[in-house]
Amino acid sequence: MMAQTESEPLISVTGLVKRYGDRRVLDSVSLSIGQRETVALIGPSGSGKSTLLRCINGLTAWEGGEIRVGPHRLQAAGTPGPNGAPSRQVRRLLGMVFQDFQLFPHLSAADNVGEAPRQVLGLDRAAARSRAAELLERVGMASYAASYPYQLSGGQKQRVAIARALAMQPQGLLCDEITSALDPELKHEVLSVLEDLKRDGMTLVLVTHEMGFARRAADRVVVLAEGRVIEEGPPRQVLDAPRSDRTRQFLSRVLS
Amino acid sequence: MQASILLPRCIAGPLAQGLAALTLVVLVSGGFAAAADGAAARNERLRQRLADGVLRWGGDAEGGAPFQLRDPKDPGRVIGFEVELADALADVLSHKLGIPIVAEFVQYEWSTLGLGLLESRDFDCIISGFEITPKRREEMRFIRPYYIYAEQLVVRADDERIHGLDDCLDKSVGTLNGTAADRTLEERGVRHIVRFDGQVEPYLDLEAGRLDAVLLDTPIVLYYASVNPKLKNAGPPFGRGEYGIALRPDDEDLAEALDDALVELVRNGRLLSILRRWHLWNADQVALALSPDRETQLRGLGFDADGRPRPEAELPPVDPVDIHVIADSARSWTFPQYAPLLLKAACMTVFLTLCSMAVAVVIALPVCLARLYGPPPVPWLALAYVEFFRGIPLLLLLFVLYFGFSSFGLQMPAVATAIVGFGLNYAAYEAEVYRSAILSVPVGQWDAGRALGMTEATTFRRIILPQALQTALGPMTNDFVALFKDTSLVSVIAVPELTKEYLILSRSSLKFLELGLLTAVLYLCMSVPLGYLSRYLEHRFKSAR
Repeated sequence: MMAQTESEPLISVTGLVKRYGDRRVLDSVSLSIGQRETVALIGPSGSGKSTLLRCINGLTAWEGGEIRVGPHRLQAAGTPGPNGAPSRQVRRLLGMVFQDFQLFPHLSAADNVGEAPRQVLGLDRAAARSRAAELLERVGMASYAASYPYQLSGGQKQRVAIARALAMQPQGLLCDEITSALDPELKHEVLSVLEDLKRDGMTLVLVTHEMGFARRAADRVVVLAEGRVIEEGPPRQVLDAPRSDRTRQFLSRVLS
Repeated sequence: MQASILLPRCIAGPLAQGLAALTLVVLVSGGFAAAADGAAARNERLRQRLADGVLRWGGDAEGGAPFQLRDPKDPGRVIGFEVELADALADVLSHKLGIPIVAEFVQYEWSTLGLGLLESRDFDCIISGFEITPKRREEMRFIRPYYIYAEQLVVRADDERIHGLDDCLDKSVGTLNGTAADRTLEERGVRHIVRFDGQVEPYLDLEAGRLDAVLLDTPIVLYYASVNPKLKNAGPPFGRGEYGIALRPDDEDLAEALDDALVELVRNGRLLSILRRWHLWNADQVALALSPDRETQLRGLGFDADGRPRPEAELPPVDPVDIHVIADSARSWTFPQYAPLLLKAACMTVFLTLCSMAVAVVIALPVCLARLYGPPPVPWLALAYVEFFRGIPLLLLLFVLYFGFSSFGLQMPAVATAIVGFGLNYAAYEAEVYRSAILSVPVGQWDAGRALGMTEATTFRRIILPQALQTALGPMTNDFVALFKDTSLVSVIAVPELTKEYLILSRSSLKFLELGLLTAVLYLCMSVPLGYLSRYLEHRFKSAR
């Protein structure tokens, strides 16, 4: 779709600064994520992982630095020029999946998936239906097309949410702790969907506490603490032989 | 008359006398011609004024016997001595002007009759036991009075303490709100005046021992107290006053014509017949005879030349109304007779409620959106709307819309006014219901919509609003139920709805309980299903969350 080479990053974050009042949630974060890459963002809670994710697709404004996604550039709040239209362009390239699903409770699973293609891409009802059916099939939810969110388990909801994000045919998915609200036996079904997506070449940015999954599926692990990137590298290196004390401290707490 | 007598004399008499007389003739006949011309022109104007053939008179059938009440034979009809008076006046007018004219009764709220006449001009004149007072004279044009009433004190039959108003100064005395009797009690310094809106309730309270005495006009006493063996008159009637027909001050032609017509009814004995038929004729009515032809009028009113009432035997026979007419209604009205009347009024209530709610639901959305998402100062203005219409009493709003705006020439039919008034008021409530419903949708839903590339507007329309409406439906249904009952307020601007019809019927028959139960059942038929709907929707959407 885009005139881009594999070597060019899909997402590049430069010197991102985000403040809540006096607190610097993101303190000059720079990060680059390539096409088809799977990156796990880990770190203690409050380290700014989710905020970084929300900045990347323009859901949250920030005070300094810039973000490029494909050919689109998002700038800090207050910078001249509109951010609304570029944000929507960015969102076409990057889908997002939330910890608490945020399915639309008034719509069936199929309509949850088909709504955005109809409203944003202008698909007609039939085309949206068939796209929804296809995607629900892909996440193993084909038989639940007519079900409403309240009739689904957490794992099922999250799979529908992934299908919903995929319906816009993004190049990447931003996943914000998408298994945190799930029972252990339900996490598996969601994580296996992610592994399928990775195999199909989807770029994945995962904020996660699933160290096992990060080790198995991630190409790269990025550790955030106090709004800074303190360490990054292949999972084996970062998770098994962390260079920074802060990382070691964090990992010992998570893995124990 | 005089001119034709003078004419032969002036021809026969001496020259000087003849000249003088001639001058007189010219003057007199000239004057007569001018007067005749004036009358002809007035009649022509009146023919245009009354071209639709209807003389509209305002009254309140809640006023009951003998003024205006529902017919014991047919509760859908209004009868009463004022009905017969209005019909007789229309007859005379019709005859004089040579065009067909009928009198049409306009049902109104007694307390707003003045506004209905002067501001909204819903009728041509007031005929409703309307006392002529100096204050009313300043605003309205009264023609000569058609009845002399007095105040009568009534007590329980076994009461030996009270023989007149002087015995009541430290007692509880009931009366009708805003009447001459009310003012009398105030002027006499009665300590506890209990004011009612209906003429029946004071007597009920007196019977029940909650009042010591009731002071009301003699015609009311006749039909509501004297027929009750548990009550008796205390002392003679006193404090005479006049009932008059009131018109707008700028309606002089009609006022003069009605005055002439009333004189005609006095002279020809028709007023006497009406008053006697309704047992209202008494020695006080001598005051209705006014100069110049007082003697003719006295005769017409049933008095001799000295103003003494003539014996009943000498007067033409009348077909008297049963003085127990109220009890008669109570006996003869059956369910199939009054149920359709209440049902019809209930239809108006339903119609008003549905239309008002539709208006409210539509207006509320932009108000709510302006309040939530508008750029300054729009949210402030929307808040001002909400606070204003939520904060002022509905009654006040209806009054201003109907009577206040009509003085600026902005006239709306009463039903439309009611719908607009309720719509504006309820829109304020619904806007707040919407607002809290919209705010109750989790912020994450906005994120989810936006993350899918939807614009804010699309997210609102497709994701937020449908969920908010589900939340709002419960409270909205509740408001709907409240609105059903609030519509009873519109009787102040003369919209005939269920509660007013109940009051009219019950005051014409005293079937308070029976009619009340039916009325309550009708209201419940409207509200209970809505309550069920509300709970059903709430349950359904709660489980969907």
